Amino acid sequence: MNLLNTFFNIPILIDTFPLLLSGLLVTLEIGVTSIIAGLIGGLFLALIRLYGPGPVPFLAKIYIDIFRSIPLLVLLIVVYYALPFVGIRFSPFVSAVVALTLVSSAYTAEIFRAGIEAIPHGQFEASQALGLSARHMMVDVILPQAIKIVIPPLTNNCINVLKDTALASVVAMPDLLKQATQAQALSANPTPLIGAALIYVALLWPLVSIVARLEKRFGREKRP
Amino acid sequence: MSPLIRISNLKKAYGIFTVLHGIDLDIAEGEVVCVIGPSGSGKSTLIRCINRLEAFSDDSSIVVDGVTVGPGKALAKVRAEVGMVFQSFNLFPHLTVLKNVMLAPMRVRGTKPAEAERKARELLARVGIETQAEKYPGKLSGGQQQRVAIARALAMEPKVMLFDEPTSSLDPEMVGEVLDVMKTLAGTGVTMVVVTHEMGFARQVADRVIFMDGGRIIEQGTPAEIFDNPKEERTRSFLRAVLEH
Repeated sequence: MNLLNTFFNIPILIDTFPLLLSGLLVTLEIGVTSIIAGLIGGLFLALIRLYGPGPVPFLAKIYIDIFRSIPLLVLLIVVYYALPFVGIRFSPFVSAVVALTLVSSAYTAEIFRAGIEAIPHGQFEASQALGLSARHMMVDVILPQAIKIVIPPLTNNCINVLKDTALASVVAMPDLLKQATQAQALSANPTPLIGAALIYVALLWPLVSIVARLEKRFGREKRP
Repeated sequence: MSPLIRISNLKKAYGIFTVLHGIDLDIAEGEVVCVIGPSGSGKSTLIRCINRLEAFSDDSSIVVDGVTVGPGKALAKVRAEVGMVFQSFNLFPHLTVLKNVMLAPMRVRGTKPAEAERKARELLARVGIETQAEKYPGKLSGGQQQRVAIARALAMEPKVMLFDEPTSSLDPEMVGEVLDVMKTLAGTGVTMVVVTHEMGFARQVADRVIFMDGGRIIEQGTPAEIFDNPKEERTRSFLRAVLEH
């Protein structure tokens, strides 16, 4: 009974629930903004890595490798606490979105690249033989086929980004985790933390099971 | 009259392995040329150079209808005028048969969708696939897919049609339907360059047969000259090997 009162105190949960929901909203704002920016940036990076002129592919590869190596927490702290020393000052929200997008676009780029490279060479040759421009070849022939392949790994990446938004609490962003720790301090009870954990699970479990289903479906479907 | 395709000193190498040793070849408008020869003789590479799916040596030259085939802007123009049919069909699996045929005229020529569709249905009827227009390529047999691929190439109204072993990956019972379409096409005066192992087709349809071996043209002439009276020993032994069973 004591345990229940400590970790799952219903009155405290009800009291702090509005705070947690406002945190969830911030988490979703950071997450969705970073996911969309990461998708656009990742597709762009994948295309210049594969088809850019001169040294561009190499530079894209360096970018991708660096941002896949750097721990997100370190990057976030650099963006928020170190950049002000050179006069670049971002709000907590922008810092979180910038750090998440930089990393997410590196991962997304690799996913898109793998998807494009999985398309049979004959599809490129047939497009070229018909006289399609590089842009039409990509937009009409290659990407529609590649997207299907990359949906499961991209969804996986979305899950990771949403989870990583919790790191934004270290730059004083009032996201779900930050609100939960604050509510815990105010009520001197860890129930809000449990509540936050449950909200994360409720948010991401459906996505996790969607990925599993997509992987199964695309795995079974034989490509012609 | 200048030839529609003029190939001069065409050289191509993969590293130290030379695939084409300086080929010279003129193809006239309306001519049907069949290229035969053993595997690895360079015949597929030869026609893949015509629309530059294969890059070739800088001192080589290919001119198609007055336009030099090289890297850069002019290449798209050449490719729009040169249709190609591949051994493995290479239809776009995410588009219906109809959309496969409509895509290039709309994107490259700027044809309006309604006009592109009318034209596509007409071409699909010509190759006997009109009832399958709304299906996806994966639902069609190999022979049907290859006929769609021919329609797709024809939709661009090319000056030349290149066929790269168009029946080699087909089940035997489907070879005939594709060759029939090609025979009809040859009768309409389209310039065709066909790399093939179908000697019957070459004998019946070709204006000229080219025998290649080891990256060189060994011998060329009318079907009668090549099949009935080959002058070179290599041609004779190749024909003996392919015809004697």
